[in-house]
Amino acid sequence: MTITLFIPCFVDLMYPQVGISMVRIFEKLGHKVECPEGPACCGQPAFNTGYWDESRAIAINVIESLKAAEAIVIASGSCGAMMSVFYPQLFAGTPHEAAAKSVAAKCYEFSSFLVNKLGVTDLGAKFRHRVTFHDGCHGLRELNNKRPPRELLAKVRGLELVEMGAAEICCGFGGTFAAKFPAISTAMGEVKCTSALETKADYIVSCDSSCLMQIQGLADKQKKGIKTMHLAEVLAQQ
Amino acid sequence: MSTPATQFNEDARRVAPDLRHRGIIQTAMGKYEVVRDQRKLWFQDWQGARNLAARTKFEAVNHLDQHLDQFARLLESRGTKVHWASNAQQGRDIILGILREKGAKVIVKSKAMTSEEIHLNNAMEHAGYEVVESDLGEFIVQLRQEPPYHLVFPAMHLTRGEIRQTFQEKLNDAPSDEPEDLTMVARRVMRQKYLQADVGITGANFCIAETGMISITENEGNARLTAALPKTMITLVGIEKVLPRLEDLALFLPMLAVMGTGQALTCYNTMYGGPRQPGEADGPEEYHVVLLDNHRTALLADAEQRDALGCIRCGACLNVCPIFRNVGGHTYGTVYGGPIGSVITPHLRGLTQWKHLSEASSLCGACTETCPVKIDLHHHLLQNRRNASQQKPSWWQKLVFKIFAPIANQPGLWSLTTKFGRFGMKLRGLVNGTVLDPAHSWTKTRDLPPMAKQSFKEWWKEQK
Repeated sequence: MTITLFIPCFVDLMYPQVGISMVRIFEKLGHKVECPEGPACCGQPAFNTGYWDESRAIAINVIESLKAAEAIVIASGSCGAMMSVFYPQLFAGTPHEAAAKSVAAKCYEFSSFLVNKLGVTDLGAKFRHRVTFHDGCHGLRELNNKRPPRELLAKVRGLELVEMGAAEICCGFGGTFAAKFPAISTAMGEVKCTSALETKADYIVSCDSSCLMQIQGLADKQKKGIKTMHLAEVLAQQ
Repeated sequence: MSTPATQFNEDARRVAPDLRHRGIIQTAMGKYEVVRDQRKLWFQDWQGARNLAARTKFEAVNHLDQHLDQFARLLESRGTKVHWASNAQQGRDIILGILREKGAKVIVKSKAMTSEEIHLNNAMEHAGYEVVESDLGEFIVQLRQEPPYHLVFPAMHLTRGEIRQTFQEKLNDAPSDEPEDLTMVARRVMRQKYLQADVGITGANFCIAETGMISITENEGNARLTAALPKTMITLVGIEKVLPRLEDLALFLPMLAVMGTGQALTCYNTMYGGPRQPGEADGPEEYHVVLLDNHRTALLADAEQRDALGCIRCGACLNVCPIFRNVGGHTYGTVYGGPIGSVITPHLRGLTQWKHLSEASSLCGACTETCPVKIDLHHHLLQNRRNASQQKPSWWQKLVFKIFAPIANQPGLWSLTTKFGRFGMKLRGLVNGTVLDPAHSWTKTRDLPPMAKQSFKEWWKEQK
């Protein structure tokens, strides 16, 4: 299968190793990976802020460059939800509605693609650490993606998964929300960190680098001594 | 100048880092979550029950005119006077008119968020009436001259020590901070007021169209006393509270109890069909029902968000909302707080003034996931943001997104921006964490990761 990888802006700039891990994993499974040069962002920031015209200006480009793809894998649950759930709404009643729906139907978040589309759970990964998993809200509630990451983690050698009480509670990132309402966002992040620390895990793992940026940023500032890692990086550990 | 938005920000900045407040709310909500989840298991099929409830309420709201007509006709046939209030002012005027006509002096009230919505207590007190809230939580916040903190738990932000102190100061009677002792103090005060009261005012949980009855669900028996002892009873209720059939209560009463308080059923569930009928031993001599519109029909006309009229005010969305749990009920500055409040307040009080509540959300969707009548709450917040930006765009945000679009769309510009960004991050390092830092609102409490030496796209290009 030819897999077209969509790397969101912040993954590109700050967490390239997440995308690189995905490329390595798919190639190891014998698939061809493509990554179009074009789109750098899915348009979610403008969409969530209410500027749908400006969001469409970006999303149209994404749709155009991905419409020929066989399967599209997005390196984020949040951008994945934007493309597979919100694109059809964003373009409803416009000439691009059909194209938006067709692209949306081919979009997969990374973990759900592995488990639900490829039917793979064991990637032969080894990671000898105690890990707790943070459910990104978009992946969890827009994409119903509770099970796949856990099935993948269950097959990692040496990895012990300890669920935290607040696994499904938002970390407080929320895109521009984090900068517009820093006090609320920080309080939410603290609740998340406290719950994660209670598990005595070495790593907080998630399908969303944006959540991890929030959690790690807070943990580092407050010297909490817990590390974060994207699921793809864990699965790429051999 | 203080606006609702600046007030919200100011209060959020004060309350969100307050660990004592956070602890009180988390403890209360932790207990609620445990019993709520136990009781949900008593339903054979909770998701099926939600679907049915959502369908029932949506049907009720879509045929509101017919249901209300039937409801009012049946109530009137048993001697109830039904009043229609288009807005808050009319609601207050109708009720003040009844009080005047009855020559009332003392009013007892049971819990009614609609009365908060139209600022009824203020109006009555201003007109010289003595008003006593009889729900214990409402009684406490009334003594403290505070608005209710939560739709269902008006005094959940207070410790028993604080309640004792309030009773000591206002009633000069607080033997201990044991809940039983404090309740007895409130009971002694209230029993006197029930006997003195000329008029009792209640809210309502449901209006049954099929039988023309009001359904009130409560835990303290105070609504029953409010309804039964004074000679005149007034019920103030929003027009959206209609349920088509009596049997709908078989679903909605347990559902409201489970999601509201984690109970299988609340302790007292009462139906009111009119004033005392010939041959009946008790009940008010006169019964008035005031049906309140106050922008509800405008919400009904909004095809995207009309499902919000299905809200049964259980408060479950507040309880799971990480924003509510960190900023608390008073920060919203609205009668209806939490996610449902953020959705409907712009409809009730204007989008431009209240759009900040829709922005103050990470759109996590916990509210929508829990809502027993499946209101699409967090997506409505998104729609409110869209509507607000169409109504009154912020020029600088529009500009930022306009500049960003070509950068995101053109690989050459993106690559150039990546290089500039790295340079900018180096410069930013000099002011990291200070107020000069352009990322200050992030870096004040959080570290910002550096930009990668090689971006994914640069790596990809190198591979090919």
